[in-house]
Amino acid sequence: MKLLFAWIFVVALLQGVALYQDKPLEKSIADGEEIYQDFCLQCHLDSGDGVSGVFPPLAKSDYLLNNIDLSIKGIKYGLSGPIVVNGEKYDGLMQNQGLENQEIADVMNYILNNWGNQSDEIITSDRVAAVKE
Amino acid sequence: MNKNILIPIYLTVFYLTSCISQENPPELKTPDQTKYSTVTVVEGIEIPWGMDFISKNELLVTEKKGKVYRVLNGEKTEVSGLPEIYQRGQGGLLDIALHPDFSKNKIIYFTAGVNVEGDEGGNTALYSAELNDYSLSNVKLLYKATPNTKKGQHWGSRIVFDDQGHLFFGIGDRGNRDVNPQDLKRDGGKIYRLNLDGSIPEDNPFVNEEGAIKAVYSYGHRNPQGMTVHPETGEIWENEHGPKGGDEINIIQKGKNFGWPVITYGINYSGTSITDKTAMPGMEQPFYYWVPSIAPSGMAFSSSKVYKGWKGDLFVGSLKFKYLERLVMKRGKVVKREKVLNDIGRVRNVKEGPDGHLYLGVEGKGILKVIEN
Repeated sequence: MKLLFAWIFVVALLQGVALYQDKPLEKSIADGEEIYQDFCLQCHLDSGDGVSGVFPPLAKSDYLLNNIDLSIKGIKYGLSGPIVVNGEKYDGLMQNQGLENQEIADVMNYILNNWGNQSDEIITSDRVAAVKE
Repeated sequence: MNKNILIPIYLTVFYLTSCISQENPPELKTPDQTKYSTVTVVEGIEIPWGMDFISKNELLVTEKKGKVYRVLNGEKTEVSGLPEIYQRGQGGLLDIALHPDFSKNKIIYFTAGVNVEGDEGGNTALYSAELNDYSLSNVKLLYKATPNTKKGQHWGSRIVFDDQGHLFFGIGDRGNRDVNPQDLKRDGGKIYRLNLDGSIPEDNPFVNEEGAIKAVYSYGHRNPQGMTVHPETGEIWENEHGPKGGDEINIIQKGKNFGWPVITYGINYSGTSITDKTAMPGMEQPFYYWVPSIAPSGMAFSSSKVYKGWKGDLFVGSLKFKYLERLVMKRGKVVKREKVLNDIGRVRNVKEGPDGHLYLGVEGKGILKVIEN
């Protein structure tokens, strides 16, 4: 009997780990929306349009969609210095928000799949963990 | 004359006036921008949240990500001995202030997001410490707001002193506006008053109210990021971020409720309404409010004669529109608003130095001194 419980426990644990690693995309996007509302919306706005010349757009942003690892790096460690987004130059400062790797993965999945953005890539916390400063 | 011709004219005039009336007066003017400029005091500080002056040439500056610098003649040296800072969203290392008797006791105060409990999240805390050369010792946690939360918003914070041995500091609503600011039993959305040793003054307004947090001095605040003492009246002036619209200047009064989120001149970022009320009995009106929001941070009166015609005026940094705002007051009202140093960068902090000049903390730059050309 004890063995059975132990077995159930181990299976449950493994399942938990498996679920944690492969968070379903819809769940990740939903969690990412919450993170977005909390940490990103004030500058990048509800519409994802940002403010021309001040805060770069995320909606249909060539920088975001073509530079996924750079975008992760920006969220993880902060981003400063000049960048060009959709042909417009930005030279602001985005501070690192102190988000955990899973939270960064979630918000990436949200912004990559919102406002008409589409991405074939699903960002995982492992991918975020692999991005170094 | 055909009266029908006048209709579009009436409509146009009505439309224009209704647009203009959306900005809370007085209208922001942009005078000659060549009259004032800045010189760099220290550079290479990402978010210079707080500063205080040790002498004319020496100051302490905090960087939000968790560093304190001691700056002498433009050279910055990092100060060691800080507790672990919890940096998340708008939180991190915040304000810093010298004890009124710093020259004798070497004591400084600072506010920061921390987690000392070991659970998840963080909240704003006030510390004191002794500063010797470039290290902090005898670090004491004087106040820690609870509960910790992973929310990124509204940590405050500024520190000021009155001349009766009290310290005031503010904490924002921590992203929990419907729960924290109006509840005296909860931290957040409050201005706090302590004695300089961290103890609670016996005459704090809510010391006899059961369950209330005894350190609270006023409540109903959203996110105070500017505080200063009026050089003549000694009043504590505060500014705070509203949501979309409704940034405020308040004159802090003992035990008063400043209304957030029951009354506000702002709306949600999404454009939806928070409340239809801008006034209620028992709730204070702001001294001034900004619509649209400028995202005010830092605040100082000019009390010197260094600048022609600025004595008694109030200066506020705009994070959003990247300028320094000058507010001229007459008989308890703002009568004039001016953009000084347009497009200078996100102004995080404004202070008057011992030499009477205004000093700005500007994001991505550092500390700048304002000079009249």
